[in-house]
Amino acid sequence: MWGGKLRLPPTSDPGSLTMRERIGRTGGELRRLAHDRGLLLVLVVVVALVATFVVFPLFQVFRESIFPRGQFDATHFVRFFQGAPFLITPFFNSLILGGLVALTGTVVGFTFAFAIARANVPGSRVFRWIATLPMISPPFIMALAAILLLGNRGMITQVIHNVFGVRWSIYGLPGLVLTQTLAYFPVAFMALEGVLRAIDRSTEEAAFDLGASKLRTFVKVTLPLAAPGIGAALLLLFVISLGDFGNPIVIGGRFQVLTVQAYLAITGRYNMPLGATLAILLLVPTALVFIVQRYWLSRRSHVTVTGRPTPSTAHASGPLLRWVLFGVLCFLSGVILLFYGMVVYGAFTHLWGVNHALTMDNFRYVFSVGRRYFMNTVQLAAIATPIGGILGILIAFLVTRKRFPGRKTLDFLSMMNFAVPGIVVGIGYLLAFNAPPLRLTGTAAIILAVFVFQRMPVAIRDGAAMLQQVDAAIDESASDLGAGFMRTFGRIVLPLVAPAMFSGMAYMFATCVTSISAVVMVVSARWQLMTVALLNDVDNAQLSRAAAWGVVIIAVVLAAIFVLDVLVSRLLSRRGSHGR
Amino acid sequence: MAGELLLQELTKVFFGLREQVVAVDHANLAVEEGSLVTLLGPSGCGKTTTLRMVGGFEIPTSGEIYLAEERITELPPQRRNTATVFQSYGLFPHMSVFENVAFGLKVRRFRRAEIRRKVEETLALVGLQGLGGRPPNHLSGGQQQRVALCRALVIEPQVLLFDEPLSNLDAKLRVETRDHIRKLQKTLGITSLYVTHDQAEAMAISDLIAVMHAGCIQQMGTPYEIYAKPANTFIADFIGRANFLRGRVAQITEGEMVLDLDGGDSIVVAASDGYAAGDRVKVVVRPEAVDLVGPGEGELSGAITLAHYTGSMATYQVELPDGEVFNVEVLSPQEKGFLEPGTEVGIRIHRKSVHVLDVD
Ligand SMILES: Nc1ncnc2c1ncn2[C@@H]1O[C@H](COP(=O)(O)OP(=O)(O)OP(=O)(O)O)[C@@H](O)[C@H]1O
Ligand SMILES: [Mg+2]
Repeated sequence: MWGGKLRLPPTSDPGSLTMRERIGRTGGELRRLAHDRGLLLVLVVVVALVATFVVFPLFQVFRESIFPRGQFDATHFVRFFQGAPFLITPFFNSLILGGLVALTGTVVGFTFAFAIARANVPGSRVFRWIATLPMISPPFIMALAAILLLGNRGMITQVIHNVFGVRWSIYGLPGLVLTQTLAYFPVAFMALEGVLRAIDRSTEEAAFDLGASKLRTFVKVTLPLAAPGIGAALLLLFVISLGDFGNPIVIGGRFQVLTVQAYLAITGRYNMPLGATLAILLLVPTALVFIVQRYWLSRRSHVTVTGRPTPSTAHASGPLLRWVLFGVLCFLSGVILLFYGMVVYGAFTHLWGVNHALTMDNFRYVFSVGRRYFMNTVQLAAIATPIGGILGILIAFLVTRKRFPGRKTLDFLSMMNFAVPGIVVGIGYLLAFNAPPLRLTGTAAIILAVFVFQRMPVAIRDGAAMLQQVDAAIDESASDLGAGFMRTFGRIVLPLVAPAMFSGMAYMFATCVTSISAVVMVVSARWQLMTVALLNDVDNAQLSRAAAWGVVIIAVVLAAIFVLDVLVSRLLSRRGSHGR
Repeated sequence: MAGELLLQELTKVFFGLREQVVAVDHANLAVEEGSLVTLLGPSGCGKTTTLRMVGGFEIPTSGEIYLAEERITELPPQRRNTATVFQSYGLFPHMSVFENVAFGLKVRRFRRAEIRRKVEETLALVGLQGLGGRPPNHLSGGQQQRVALCRALVIEPQVLLFDEPLSNLDAKLRVETRDHIRKLQKTLGITSLYVTHDQAEAMAISDLIAVMHAGCIQQMGTPYEIYAKPANTFIADFIGRANFLRGRVAQITEGEMVLDLDGGDSIVVAASDGYAAGDRVKVVVRPEAVDLVGPGEGELSGAITLAHYTGSMATYQVELPDGEVFNVEVLSPQEKGFLEPGTEVGIRIHRKSVHVLDVD
């Protein structure tokens, strides 16, 4: 009954692995790939896409900074280390701004998170909604509002001038800290709310039981437990502030930062090597932060995550603290709403700072002359969103469920843009695709590519989370029954994650519609976008029209969220009979 | 032989962050055409990993897999003619029962009428006729299990693979389903590899059992052989319950062997190969392979320290003079009288049921 080549069992000789078995280099995965045409084909395509649209542009930025025109020339880096102000100033300005915003944003975010997650302030749902508003609108809406209020012709500025006779305005570092804090504190809020909720209440209660006061408990127990989350929020905000382009271009004034200087070097002075060098100066601290985050912070997380979180009852704070927090949140929310209200109001005025009579002219302009920008943005975002979503799930499926040589490398490369500031991506695209074989400058394709590949890390992360909800036995069954890679992915995996994917798409669409820092480098006369039109109007002191663009952008995002929400619930109820 | 499945020196090493796990360690196994072989072993011994390599879901670190003399070691699942019944079933939740079963046939480009006929035939075979229109999550656990079986059967695989298919069912349904699977497997003559950690299930369903331990296949044999002639202490202990006595071979005669038990009488057993007079041995005595007799009679004696009555059986623990505990099971205790703790008893060993092992 035994095949000729077989020894009779039991022949197992434990602990006698060969060297190849021990190091796992057995070529099995490679041979498997040779037999799996579908997987091989998909891999080739995905690897080609990632190489072309992620790795190559970044490589081009490096190349341009030290090999401009094909010759080694590190002048700019030498000047940087010699302390040339045109490089040193924006570098340190960016770091200072990033540090300040990290602090203020984390403090505000923590206040919101603590008040909502632990102190149970009244109206927490409203506060939460207000805190998510900046996440779905273009971040530089805050800068625009700040100018409407505190700019040269701002409402408050003029009051100050009339009353005190002082000429004062917000441009520069103070304006940047203010607007970036308001625009980005929700990131810290989201991160910290989860952390604060995950802290096991019984740990705090144990401290009370031991007789510790509330303040002591907070300082000695709650804060240390939340420390890794706070650290993560600080780093994240630092990086986001560093990479922000929209706020500094609007309100930065004479305060030079790296993103704006890189943009100006390229679009104003056509100095590509300088732009690329500034981009590298921006990339280095950003990448360092991500490395720190990954290898240091992730190991030090000691949040006590219990299986079932204890229901949130407000033990952590007394009534006094609760009302103080409530007051603070009301004030902050009031400022946010005031800023948004200003934009809406501004959109209906003739010419901000000059003629505040109400009018619909700006919207008429937006939907006649500016109609093309509107259509471009909506169409390109609508095309990029499903492509990006599906590509994200595809790559997540490949790296989490399939085995092939180079899987870890693909995982790393496809997630890389996570740590690359948008302006760097944009410069990379400009450099990579302005010559054959892939001359894409001036086309819609290059904008699509920016939309898709800049968001890809988020799409992959979301895709991986969705796939965790799908039992591996389901897609294994499909291949077991004979389905090739494409059929398994298209008929089984995609339909199962579709509802989750549609929910995620609203956010993806919003980030496309509101994005500026990468696309600003690749838009063209033919393919202009709403966000860029808004910036141009700010530049030309057409603040009312800029505000109208802002209102339209936010309206488009809200409409998309609403439509997708309806779509998903339709889909789910239709599937209700089949269920999940 | 067509349909025969061979595993040759099959090895799988998982590489974790810090350590590596040798999940399957040079396993050799053959599944004859039409037979059902079970991989049996404790949790974590590598059963599932072995099965997954056969199904194509894991790529072996080394070793080969042959199916009907074709080497399939690295073929992806869709290119090998195997079908798996997963522990969690892996039914497609967005498709009806009919569509689930038809999936494999659609992939194989059968005609629609043909698909309909085959699906309905197979659904009837597993007793699911009329349920084709339902979504899988509107079925009971037992029905879902049968959909999974049906979906695997309908593509007429060369080998059917089962990974603890009964583990999500309640005790009564488990026995029913087990017998149903065995009957189907026999009538259809499907070569099968079956994974379980439940020895009763393995004994009931298998032609042959391969006992795995720490990634190694330690013994391969019929249920009878595995129980009566376990290859080592681990298997003797894992399959059923066992008492171990130590002793020395006193004398070997024609077909028989006299053993002197430590702290007891001598006992005559059937001779095993490879032993010589003077060797130290370990004797495996099953709890049911003894009679309780009066003190002084039998080969061993001691006092009952624990007695349980379970209706069909009485179980006793007898403490031997050297302090060892000896387990005894007595069938139909009503007949023989239930003994209270404290009773002094003798133990008479059924000599034909005794199995001799090396001392390890
Ligand atoms: N994907 C994996 N990565 C790392 N280690 C794994 C992986 N899959 C299994 N192992 C390890 O390999 C060993 C064998 O696992 P396997 O699932 O084959 O056990 P099993 O015999 O099926 O156990 P059970 O009866 O609990 O299902 C275990 O130590 C397990 O931790
Ligand atoms: Mg298992």
